[in-house]
Amino acid sequence: MADAVIVVSLLLVAVTATAAVANRDPARQALVLSVLGLVLAVLFTVLQAPDVGLSQLAVGSALTPLLIMLSVRRVKRRGQPKDGGR
Amino acid sequence: MSRRTRLWLVAVSGTGLAALLVAACLELPPFGGSSHPYGERAVRAALARHTANTIASVNFDQRAYDTLGEMSILFAAVLGCVVLLRQARDEHRARPEPAEVDLPVRRYALIVLPVAVVGGLYVIAHGQLSPGGGFQGGVVAATALHLLYLGADYRALERVRPVGLFEVADSLAVSAYLVLGLAGVLAGTAFLANTLLPYGTFNTLSSGGNVPLLNAAIGMEVACAVVVLLARFLDQAVEIEQGNGKDDKDDKDDKESEKENGKENGA
Repeated sequence: MADAVIVVSLLLVAVTATAAVANRDPARQALVLSVLGLVLAVLFTVLQAPDVGLSQLAVGSALTPLLIMLSVRRVKRRGQPKDGGR
Repeated sequence: MSRRTRLWLVAVSGTGLAALLVAACLELPPFGGSSHPYGERAVRAALARHTANTIASVNFDQRAYDTLGEMSILFAAVLGCVVLLRQARDEHRARPEPAEVDLPVRRYALIVLPVAVVGGLYVIAHGQLSPGGGFQGGVVAATALHLLYLGADYRALERVRPVGLFEVADSLAVSAYLVLGLAGVLAGTAFLANTLLPYGTFNTLSSGGNVPLLNAAIGMEVACAVVVLLARFLDQAVEIEQGNGKDDKDDKDDKESEKENGKENGA
């Protein structure tokens, strides 16, 4: 039973990671990365490493996508300097 | 170095690395087995010092020196970002316009914000008892603060987040970790040795000697570092614009900001 859960979460990680690599738009990639962080957190928890899972959840699915989104926004704004921010 | 020498070098070092990795893999204990030589020793040492969460004991007691390194890496990285992302001479700040936020988004963000901040602080405070600790809780608390940007707008976030104060707090937390380590030296034992404080009652908040204090220092350092880092990124993404134009803001008429809002809502 436990093995089945591990196999399923490993497969989910593989699928999401492939999707993150296959996606070419950085903004969408950030969203996929956030899902990947969630799936990795599940995998770590299933493998009895809740500490690592928690770090993965905080950094991988919240902080990294946020930094990527902000960088993308900055780069896009540089293309059209008149664009207003909020 | 010629192209051929380089290829040769890569091939040799790659093969060597692959051989070493395969050799190491063959010696690994089997997946999911019952023999954990390092784990057993770490758990024994953690229990001897009344630390319920063995991971916290490894991070802040048995391997506290490694954590000092990790903390320095984060501190140096944030310092580098602050230097790189500062406002350059040919850039100026444009006050961002207040934006309309959809009511469900605003309600959700404002309800979740206090829960997430308290959750982060809880994870920091209980680092020595349950999974979590300064690193995890610090990131949670710091990112939770930015829900205010989602729920209200950038100005509201700036009001609750004086970046200068967080920069000072960041450095203070790093110094606190070092001072706690040096206290061991002054007391006649060793740097970062967990011998200063009584170990306390097992599985209570004050158990584990130095561990809760080092954990709190890391929590403060990580939370402040993430806030400062995100503040620099947000500045670049929202406020700082290219060119020296001072009247850029006045030129921007309402029509344009309306158009902008429409675009964002449609996206």
